[in-house]
Amino acid sequence: MRIGIPYGLFYFYYYPLWKTFFSDLGAEVITSSPTCRLTVDAGSALAVDEACLPVKVYYGHVRELCSQDLDYLFAPRLVSVEPRSYICPKFMGIPDMLRAQVPGLPQLIDITVDLSRSDRYLQQDLIKVGRMLGYKKSAIQEAFQHALEENRRCIQIASQGWSMAEAIKIWDGNLLEPPEAGDLSIGLLGHGYSLYDEGLSMGLISKIRQLGCKVHLLESLDAERIEMEAATMPKRVFWTLGRKIMGGVINMNKREEIDGIIYLACFGCGPDSMIGEMAERYTTGKPFMLLTIDEHSGEAGMMTRLEAFCDMLRRRRRVDESQFPAYG
Amino acid sequence: MKVSFPHMGNMFIPINALLKGIHVDVVVPPPVTARTLELGVKYSPECACLPLKINVGNFIEAMEMGADTIVMAGGWGPCRFGYYAQVEREILRDLGYCFDMVVLEAPDSKLSELLKQVKGIGENATLKEAYQAIKFAWFKLGEVEMLEKRLEYLLPRVIDQNQIEQIYEAGVRGIDKAEDRSSVRMVRLDTIKHMDSLARHQRSILKIGLIGEIYTILEPSTNCHVARCLGRIGAEVSRSIYISDWVNDHLVGGLIKPSNHRQILRSSRPYLNYHVGGHGRETVGNAVEFARSGYDGIIQIGPLTCMPEIVAQSVLGRVSETEAIPCMTIYFDEHSAPAGVYTRLEAFIDMLQRKKSLANMASG
Ligand code: SF4
Ligand code: SF4
Repeated sequence: MRIGIPYGLFYFYYYPLWKTFFSDLGAEVITSSPTCRLTVDAGSALAVDEACLPVKVYYGHVRELCSQDLDYLFAPRLVSVEPRSYICPKFMGIPDMLRAQVPGLPQLIDITVDLSRSDRYLQQDLIKVGRMLGYKKSAIQEAFQHALEENRRCIQIASQGWSMAEAIKIWDGNLLEPPEAGDLSIGLLGHGYSLYDEGLSMGLISKIRQLGCKVHLLESLDAERIEMEAATMPKRVFWTLGRKIMGGVINMNKREEIDGIIYLACFGCGPDSMIGEMAERYTTGKPFMLLTIDEHSGEAGMMTRLEAFCDMLRRRRRVDESQFPAYG
Repeated sequence: MKVSFPHMGNMFIPINALLKGIHVDVVVPPPVTARTLELGVKYSPECACLPLKINVGNFIEAMEMGADTIVMAGGWGPCRFGYYAQVEREILRDLGYCFDMVVLEAPDSKLSELLKQVKGIGENATLKEAYQAIKFAWFKLGEVEMLEKRLEYLLPRVIDQNQIEQIYEAGVRGIDKAEDRSSVRMVRLDTIKHMDSLARHQRSILKIGLIGEIYTILEPSTNCHVARCLGRIGAEVSRSIYISDWVNDHLVGGLIKPSNHRQILRSSRPYLNYHVGGHGRETVGNAVEFARSGYDGIIQIGPLTCMPEIVAQSVLGRVSETEAIPCMTIYFDEHSAPAGVYTRLEAFIDMLQRKKSLANMASG
């Protein structure tokens, strides 16, 4: 039994979970290759023009998997991963969108993950899928427990300063060289499927590291801490990723060792347009930069902006160190 | 206390009636103009969806007229609308305005909840007055919508289209001013009689279903007056949503009138099998309903980057094929040019007309 998992969207949060779950149930899990120009082009040709870059990239990966001789393609409807919160309207429509727009689609496993009220339906869906693969309820439940554990292990790896994409590689048994420590520290925020996908983000994390900065990501912060900080906002943010980002911003804003904050937004992304604005408003004590990308963005332009930002941070620091007030 | 609120089509009429009924000073923001949009665009996040920008423009213009309290609807996702009020408040505070914002959060709202919230705004009103104010507002809304629907039917059929629009507008103003039920009804009856009396031509009329994002459908200034353009080109437009539907389905949980909401959701299957926030699923369901009721074409409208509508648009191609009905999508933002929109509508209608006459030839 061959099951495909596209290298996009929820991959960067839950790959270890689903890989473990399906492997435990005797399936072979196939992923598409890392995002590149071809992925973006293939996805853009299929999706509507107005779709955001991550959705187009996801389509591109699905396209690639269509030619992989799969029994199933795993494309869940990810509505909500915790009570009273959502991911994004687009995640909620993904299986229907693929069915309407991707020719030659393998049969979908499109279970619905909606934990906004309870996890009963998810459990039912899991059992259904497990039975389809020929397993009994107890084995399925065991596989899911194991899967949750493996996902936690991967997040644990990420908390040591790796991006989720790197953590997944390490979790999968690869050895990675730790990034060199730089003289600047930058808090980097955004949705994981854009931030950690080096093909989609045009290598943003590596570029920042190349410029001599240590990159701080959400995963390296204490999860409870983030929730506490986010809870100080006047209205609860009902997007899971957005709420964590806001908690992260408030936290990073307070931390002396972080010199500046960069927010990676996707052009046309709904949550980013609101959270990006709030993040900027909540960053009061240090420089903030909003980087917006889409499928037409160029690497050179991004590099220039990053260089300018780092130069500015270094200047600020020199001024600070020589005891001059930062603003004349 | 001077209370204002955002515009959404003729919504200002019931709100005005409601607030006056609970003895509140009302500032109706000036109608949405290029200046409103300009102000909104200048101070809102660049990538925000258009309704937020227009809200901000409305609020600034209302505060210039002395408003010090803003009433706004809220929500809990999954779409951006639920966070509008927060961002708008921050923007206006930064601009130095001093005001209160009352957010009507309606998660699982009931009529009694709404009543309490309404009474909370009008401190000097009794509960009975609040109740009557709500009823009168609802009545006015119903009467205004009768005018809207009559105009939609007649506009493509009458010869003097300017005149009918003028009659309609005078009628809307009349309903806004009228202070009791019988005068409201009188204005409505007179206006409809007057509209009906205009001379009509006998050309064949195309029927178009207008679907998409709620606010864009309800506030003509955000859609380059699509419905009127279509009427003038000779197409009768049915909208998928009227303000009363929105109030009924979203503010009071379907309590005021029976709703066909469930039927619409059923029709969205198998194309879209889950809600996706905003009106995405309704858009798909309505497209199917229109197709099955013999409409000639469907036009989907929404603000650029509108997430639920993008999901809906993604499956509309399949709807169009399976249900055999032509669909077109138009997104709007601050750069939309009326002339360009008009041209696209004309081309679409031309295509439908050709298709229809071919079909008629084949069958006749
Ligand atoms: S959150 Fe933004 S980037 Fe992610 S799928 Fe939704 S619109 Fe696209
Ligand atoms: S439904 Fe569309 S217009 Fe409304 S908040 Fe969501 S994205 Fe914006």
